[in-house]
Amino acid sequence: MISDTLVDLSRLQFAATALYHFLFVPLTLGLSFLLAIMESVYVMTGNPVYKEMTKFWGKLFGINFALGVATGITMEFQFGTNWSYYSHYVGDIFGTPLAIEGLMAFFLESTFVGLFFFGWERLSKVKHLMVTWLVALGSNFSALWILVANGWMQYPVGAEFNPETLRMELTSFAEVFFSPVAQVKFVHTVSAGYTTGACFVLGISAWYLLHGRHIAFAQRSFAIAAAFGLASVLSVITLGDESGYELGHVQKVKLAAIEGMWETHPPPAPFTVIGFIDQDNMRTNHAIEVPWMMGLIATRSLTEPVTGLKDLSAEHERRIRNGMHAYAALQQVRANPADAAAKARLKELSDDLGYGLLLKRHAPNVVDATEAQIALAVRDALPPVKPLFWAFRIMVGAGFFMLVVFVLALVSSSRRAIMRQRWLLKLAVVAIPMPWIASEMGWLVAELGRQPWTVAEVLPTWMSVSSLSVGDLVFSLCGFVLLYTALLVVELYLMLKFARKGPADVPGHPAAQASAPSIA
Amino acid sequence: MSDLLALLMSYETLRVIWWLFLGVLLIGFAVMDGFDLGIGALLPVIARTDDERRVLINTIGPTWEGNQVWFVLGGGAIFAAFPLIYAAAFSGFFVALILVLFALILRPVGFDYRSKLPDPRWRSTWDWCLFVGGFVPALVFGVAFGNLLQGVPLRFDAEMRVFYDGNFFGLLNPFALVCGVVSLAMLAMHGAVFLQLKTVGELHARARRWQGIAALVYASAFAVAGLWLVLGIDGYRLVSFAGSEGASNPLAKTAVREAGAWLANYRAAPLLWLIPALGFAGAALAWRLGPRRPGWAFVASAVSVGATILTAAVAMFPFMLPSSIAPSHSLTVWDSTSSLLTLRWMFCMTVLFLPLIILYTSWVFRVMRGPVTLDDVRGSDAHY
Repeated sequence: MISDTLVDLSRLQFAATALYHFLFVPLTLGLSFLLAIMESVYVMTGNPVYKEMTKFWGKLFGINFALGVATGITMEFQFGTNWSYYSHYVGDIFGTPLAIEGLMAFFLESTFVGLFFFGWERLSKVKHLMVTWLVALGSNFSALWILVANGWMQYPVGAEFNPETLRMELTSFAEVFFSPVAQVKFVHTVSAGYTTGACFVLGISAWYLLHGRHIAFAQRSFAIAAAFGLASVLSVITLGDESGYELGHVQKVKLAAIEGMWETHPPPAPFTVIGFIDQDNMRTNHAIEVPWMMGLIATRSLTEPVTGLKDLSAEHERRIRNGMHAYAALQQVRANPADAAAKARLKELSDDLGYGLLLKRHAPNVVDATEAQIALAVRDALPPVKPLFWAFRIMVGAGFFMLVVFVLALVSSSRRAIMRQRWLLKLAVVAIPMPWIASEMGWLVAELGRQPWTVAEVLPTWMSVSSLSVGDLVFSLCGFVLLYTALLVVELYLMLKFARKGPADVPGHPAAQASAPSIA
Repeated sequence: MSDLLALLMSYETLRVIWWLFLGVLLIGFAVMDGFDLGIGALLPVIARTDDERRVLINTIGPTWEGNQVWFVLGGGAIFAAFPLIYAAAFSGFFVALILVLFALILRPVGFDYRSKLPDPRWRSTWDWCLFVGGFVPALVFGVAFGNLLQGVPLRFDAEMRVFYDGNFFGLLNPFALVCGVVSLAMLAMHGAVFLQLKTVGELHARARRWQGIAALVYASAFAVAGLWLVLGIDGYRLVSFAGSEGASNPLAKTAVREAGAWLANYRAAPLLWLIPALGFAGAALAWRLGPRRPGWAFVASAVSVGATILTAAVAMFPFMLPSSIAPSHSLTVWDSTSSLLTLRWMFCMTVLFLPLIILYTSWVFRVMRGPVTLDDVRGSDAHY
């Protein structure tokens, strides 16, 4: 049977492999676009320094891309290997965006990425530029479909439970695709990717400028990265705020947990900047609050309340009790498919069936759960508040830090003052890890905030795992962690080596040529 | 017209279409990424110096990445169209699939990182990774098919949770290993044929020699596996089921394990015997055409690859994942698909995008056409 150890190890493996994968994806998203922009400038102006830029940043892009692909293969199959009940229960909906991602996006990106590297001598300027844009387009479409899939896990629309097949089935593809959660997540995530690419180019260019190397090359790269980065980080923050607004409507628990908000405040609710979470006693100690701010972010009004976790827990208890009736009705329908009354009751209560399944961990038959077991399920229904609270604050802090860096960088480079402001160059180098910190924390906020569900209010994480042994999981988890860590070390080594070498020393690349401006 | 559309979009038709699509994707993977895997497996024996290995790697360097997506898309399509099979097969073959994933993970890194540094130890490490990344999946996919043909020890409980009562070593039985040899030799043959399109001189001659060796091993192993299947492997037969339009619930049927059941389709339609025959004929034709018309040899070898996979798939139809411990829990094309609506959406998406994929993939191959020579890899930076 399912053991807590098995569930914990499965979650750990998923988190480890996803977090590793997500180290490489944002840079692919951002750099592919930056490469396309640089090469467009090259094709439009004919200035070879932009071709050199495309090739040099392309080299670093390739080093990163390889690991993005390597760690991505795992993700496509891991639902089946480690989350087989999940795959059965929601594959009818969740599998579709994943498959379309392959058809529409990953094929495009992967087919043309080879030509990006090998096609310089075989394609005309314009055709090569088209190839680069197709790679960028492919990686962005890829993010779109993955986030449609993920958005559905957060906010499962366009589907209903079918007692004959014992799973969720699609009722409207359009609802799944146009889900507001999916769309907001998509723009937020790709913008984070663009920010990552911009931060990477900005920081490395700043390092060259600090060392007085490749000046013309680095100044141009710095300027492009600053402009692209500012636009991107503004988009990340705006869309982050937009997701806060969406959360206020559809993921109230996640929102309240992020805020460590236990009580429902009379509107408008305050925003807790810092505090110490005590989940056992359901309170936040020594909180520093900004009045009104939470109410404004979550409801965009001064009169709507933001529900606190205690009230949400009471709501959970009601729905768990309803879920027991739903589960009982399901058993009746399965025993006698012709029982119209049971069918009608199941349909009426089917929104709470998932809450009934929350009891499975404590009471395998669900319907005979004791009061103590119900209390345990109510406790389970809240995500871990402390890590969410802090992950969110680190993410937002890193985001605003980058905003400041990009504003300063853009002002400085447009005034051509950058060479005099060494402190800003140093700041840009220090800022390189920021987007990665923010992205990993963002993943944690999104996925930890969804707990205890794999599919919000439909399927508990605890039920979603495969019937594997703990030994299986130890084998696969250790294997992935060792392999990925070894590959990450190699990747960082190559990245540093080639970044240090700089554009002039890339094998076969001409040194920064005196670029004769050509008139197209 | 609307009748035709209704027929085309009926649950029964779509289920069969999706069985065919899955075959197309699987064969697409075996044909397109198969030669990449085969070349990986042949890397240590065909290329002896560093420059020779670079030539081999560069024959597939620009295109392997796109080819690999056939595998990823295969995974996604099984998830979307046959979620029960995705759930049962991948968790059942857990250790085997994790090993394949480890091997496949080494490939992108091997290709992209190998030639970035000149150090011989660095390069030989990655060469071994590329070898493992080709050899292991090529072998394991065949072993997996060998186990599918025998049935695997899976069962469902009343809530449709799948249990697998076997272990990794149970997969390594003699029949499955013969099937593993079939697929390894077949893909090595296919890789050697592709190499003859893309190399000249000594490498070309070695590729030719290995095509012969691989084709012989393939044909013998395919014959042995076929005879073994006919004489010694029980098939599965549907006794009763909810109908081809029924709900996707595998527990609503009865099936039995029975000697000779895998030949039922071949007996019912003897024309199907052409499929295994094409496996042998394609390999023989690829050998004959090799020296003069390498392009057509590649087509013949691709036909052989496709026919080999179809031989097994046709024998099993409508079964897809038979259960050896509870035959009635087997997964068939009639009871393991997605809902009608999902199959329809996926059908439209596939019809829309698959031709596009084939179109732009062909364009990329056209751009990169022509052989890779030792002078190329020494003289240009557009190479690994």
